[in-house]
Amino acid sequence: MTDVRTTARQTVVVTSMASDSHTWNLVFLQLLLEELGYDVVNLGPCVPDDLLVSRCAAARPAFVVVSSVNGHGHQDGLRLIGTFRSHPDLATIPVVIGGKLGVAGQDSARAWELRSAGFDEVFEEDTDPATALAAFAASLPRAVAPDRRPATLPAAR
Amino acid sequence: MSDPQQTAGFGAYVRAEAEAGRLVVQPRMGFGDPATMRAGLAATRAAAARTVGTITVDAHTRVGHLAAVESALRDGVALNGYPLVTHPVATTAEVLAGIHGPDFPVQVRHGSADPLGIFRAMLAVGLGATEGGPVSYCLPYGRTPLVESVDNWARGCELLTRLRDQGLEPHLETFGGCMLGQLCPPGQLVAISVLEALFFAQHGIRSISVSYAQQTHPGQDREALAALRRLCRELLPVSDWHIVVYAYMGLYPQTHDGAYRLLGQAAELAVDGGAQRLIVKTAAESQRIPSIEVNVRALEYAAWAARRPQLPPAGATADPEVYEEASALVGAVLDLDPDVGRALLLAFRKGYLDIPYCLHPDNRGRTRSYIDADGRLRWESTGGLPLTALPRPRRRRFGSADLLADLSYVRRKFDGSER
Ligand code: B12
Repeated sequence: MTDVRTTARQTVVVTSMASDSHTWNLVFLQLLLEELGYDVVNLGPCVPDDLLVSRCAAARPAFVVVSSVNGHGHQDGLRLIGTFRSHPDLATIPVVIGGKLGVAGQDSARAWELRSAGFDEVFEEDTDPATALAAFAASLPRAVAPDRRPATLPAAR
Repeated sequence: MSDPQQTAGFGAYVRAEAEAGRLVVQPRMGFGDPATMRAGLAATRAAAARTVGTITVDAHTRVGHLAAVESALRDGVALNGYPLVTHPVATTAEVLAGIHGPDFPVQVRHGSADPLGIFRAMLAVGLGATEGGPVSYCLPYGRTPLVESVDNWARGCELLTRLRDQGLEPHLETFGGCMLGQLCPPGQLVAISVLEALFFAQHGIRSISVSYAQQTHPGQDREALAALRRLCRELLPVSDWHIVVYAYMGLYPQTHDGAYRLLGQAAELAVDGGAQRLIVKTAAESQRIPSIEVNVRALEYAAWAARRPQLPPAGATADPEVYEEASALVGAVLDLDPDVGRALLLAFRKGYLDIPYCLHPDNRGRTRSYIDADGRLRWESTGGLPLTALPRPRRRRFGSADLLADLSYVRRKFDGSER
């Protein structure tokens, strides 16, 4: 068994996509993932595809959490994941997406489309984010329980 | 009403209604499909209320990502607003034909830190009313550096003034009274709204509205409107200005009842607080883009709520706390530079203005807020803000559940499930 206290903390990237400027979702997810024991790189709102891909390639995160609530998540997500997966270093990094992905409420056909395009998990609006992300983290093959520490305030500089 | 240029504008329409004792109500509405957009404007006009129309621009256009608009239109993907820059001028002219005019002005709402393309598209179809500002359409709306936004907005204002050649008086509304929608104490909201109005005036805009978004406490909100009015009277160098209230801009109640009660409270705030216009939220707010029908119901409900007998205005007894805070912030910022745009840049650099929880790199991020036992929004840490009031000591731990609890305060209260 790995001693959790000696394991280096893993990094998770939290990000929105090119068109979405909402940030409360990102601040919330950062705190949540820090409570799950990760170091979080929060890329913020309106992240262009190229920037998202290059920052992920540099950070080599344990996984990437994409959040979109403005109703363009489906379109932005399908475009992004193609570019993301075609980068040689990012073909297998787990990526999840969640939020309010379309303009007309939940749509399971759309969720399926996102999964087939390369997202590992699509979280619909009614899933509890804390339970969902904890379960996802635990399901990862190399899942070593990351070191737990009290959460810090997001982005306080 | 002798000047024809004045009667053709958005500001003149709202002021004339106010003189007749009527609150103007307005939707947040935008659809990608031109026929739906036209139907929405027509339904807004026909609603049983004094209304003005709204064209909300989609999020790809806001960030200048026009290729994404084109692919959405091609693939039949629904957008979250009207792609004003992409649809041909003739299409937008058809959307507006016979609907938009002096008796039903239409405003473009967009959220762009680089609005020149949107303004050019407005000019091409004779639309003269819009909203935003160098700060409020930058920090909450993406990653454009503040210095670029200030420059874009200065040029944008000047571009809008060309509408006068078409006999239209351009109208600009500050979005500064909203800043991230929630958890920004009212003193700073009022200050940014006033500073953006001064910025508009400095760049040639003569018809202005100043916004304030309903927050967590009705009494504090009334004080905020009183502060906003007083500061505008003291400082605004234009005579054509009015106050616009936004129904709550944070996590909205999920129950039908809760959503309507919160909207009703916003209408009361607008009337008691002496505002001339109200932008509504609908029962669909917590879930999805509202349909035309849901929007019309919200407009009619708000107009009804605004006509109900009101409480006597809080008047002279109002606590001057919000005024003092807003006035201190405005004064300190204006002292930094005679050019309001440069003063705003310096203010954010020094932390004289600092938005709680804002992720934008040009925001210092040293302030925090909290909701006190009475429901008032207060400073927990003031960072570099030029305020003397003592903030409450910092909470030692603040996790995701605490953030969600603060964000959901209003939702909980109106959905009736306290705590
Ligand atoms: C505050 C707000 C704003 C603020 C945002 C300020 C900021 N910088 O964040 C302002 C006013 C600027 C704004 C602007 C716009 N907004 Co807005 N906004 C809201 C509002 C009122 C609250 C959002 C909020 O604060 N949420 C708090 C966080 C913590 O909750 P959340 O975002 O819902 O996220 C939760 C879950 O979704 C989940 N989650 C989110 N992501 C992920 C990811 C994963 C992996 C998982 C597991 C879970 C998860 O976890 C969170 C906690 O439960 C919502 C409506 C509402 N919910 O009441 C509309 C809303 C999100 N906005 C909306 C829209 C459309 C816009 C605009 C495009 C304007 C427009 N056309 O109306 C612009 C955005 C422009 C752009 N470029 O994107 C729509 C989206 C519609 C849709 N999806 O169908 C909403 C739903 C309002 C509506 N009904 O029309 N908005």
